[in-house]
Amino acid sequence: MTLSEPARGLLVRFTPAQRWVHRATAGLMLTCVATAAILYIPSLSVAVGRRALVEDVHVYAGIALPLPALLGLLSRAVRADYGRLNRFSPDDWRWLRAGDRRSGRIPVGKFNAGQKLNSAFVAGSIAVMLGSGLIMRYANPWPLAWRSGATFVHDWLSTAVFVVLAGHLAFAYRDPEARRGMRTGRVERAWARREHAGWLAEHDDAPAGRTVGKPGGKPGRTRAP
Amino acid sequence: MTEGTPVGRRIVLGMIALGGVGVVAGSRARNAVENVLGPVEERDPTGLTGLVPVGGGFRFYSVTASVPRRSAADYRLTVGGLVERPATHTMASLAAMRQTTMIRDFQCVTGWRVPQVHWSGVRLGDVIRAAGPRPGATAVRLTSFDGAYDDTLTLEQAYRPDVIVALSMLGGPITHDHGGPVRLYVAPMYGYKSVKWLGGIELTDGVSPGYWEQRGYDVDAWIGKSNGRDDDPV
Repeated sequence: MTLSEPARGLLVRFTPAQRWVHRATAGLMLTCVATAAILYIPSLSVAVGRRALVEDVHVYAGIALPLPALLGLLSRAVRADYGRLNRFSPDDWRWLRAGDRRSGRIPVGKFNAGQKLNSAFVAGSIAVMLGSGLIMRYANPWPLAWRSGATFVHDWLSTAVFVVLAGHLAFAYRDPEARRGMRTGRVERAWARREHAGWLAEHDDAPAGRTVGKPGGKPGRTRAP
Repeated sequence: MTEGTPVGRRIVLGMIALGGVGVVAGSRARNAVENVLGPVEERDPTGLTGLVPVGGGFRFYSVTASVPRRSAADYRLTVGGLVERPATHTMASLAAMRQTTMIRDFQCVTGWRVPQVHWSGVRLGDVIRAAGPRPGATAVRLTSFDGAYDDTLTLEQAYRPDVIVALSMLGGPITHDHGGPVRLYVAPMYGYKSVKWLGGIELTDGVSPGYWEQRGYDVDAWIGKSNGRDDDPV
């Protein structure tokens, strides 16, 4: 199926606001990871040098990292997605435990439980990395032990973030249609039926053209995850 | 899909709580981890433990885009400023001087510490005395041949027996990444005083803050008594 065919084969999965939040967060996160690697891995530290500049880029990218997600609160579609990501149904727990979670036996909503866990981990990580990073950078008001503790937290959580981020990218690499959803905002109906049957059903219940928000339901929770 | 438990929020709040505990108590946990993994890292031939944030071992900092490589053969160290006899040393002329050896920790102001490093070289005081400081000289400016880094000591500090122009460390020639072929080692002070890729020694009539000192670190960088830190002396 190609884009020249009627749009009925394609579903709107993400509005520009949702994609912008994801893309801006991704850009800042990758900036933080790349500069962290330069600051931390000895061979890169020496090869790139410019330590003061790299440190500034790392710090300011880190400070900016929560902003896209917070700005996203201005968009109803983004707020609706935060609500969906926040809430776990009993099916989500079953899905996580199931050996055949990709078979479609357990219906999946707009986001599967793994995506929900990932987004919660990323949100928590951004908060903790920001807090510990600020203590490291603006060291004066804090007790010395806190500075060492902040370094400890920042170092170890960065390792975990790296592992989770690598997993996130690996899942995306394996699913071109999911990537297209993030890139263009639209996905194939057949893909949605396979991966997000619950969301597709919700979508089809909605009046024609309504593709975002909470079709046929109560207004979504609007709290950020 | 608004029903269900708010697991996402719980994860976020839980991580923030854990992070707070880590900040307050992490200092002790860090020491425990370093005691266990530090010795492993020292003996790790694969270098893989370097990717785990243990904190043991050297971290390599460079402030410029690239540092020119100098071999032992083309290395030069100039001594100038307020001296009677400006000099240019080679590796050979430095090696011909009285050598001092010590086994002392390397402590970075950012917290990491490498225990029991073997250092060997010429006392900075000997190099300065050989050039004959003029009466007005009260401070020493030490420059790196990376083109940007410099630091400073008072003449009194420079004469200390535990301040050396190091020709070897860790039991061998100083590698490029460690600041070789010749670097400074100022044992009683934080690592930013131990200028890597040492290229010049200049006697001056006053202390002028060095690279990191212009960016907020203390000029007198005594370990445990500066920069708001209370590390044990090395």
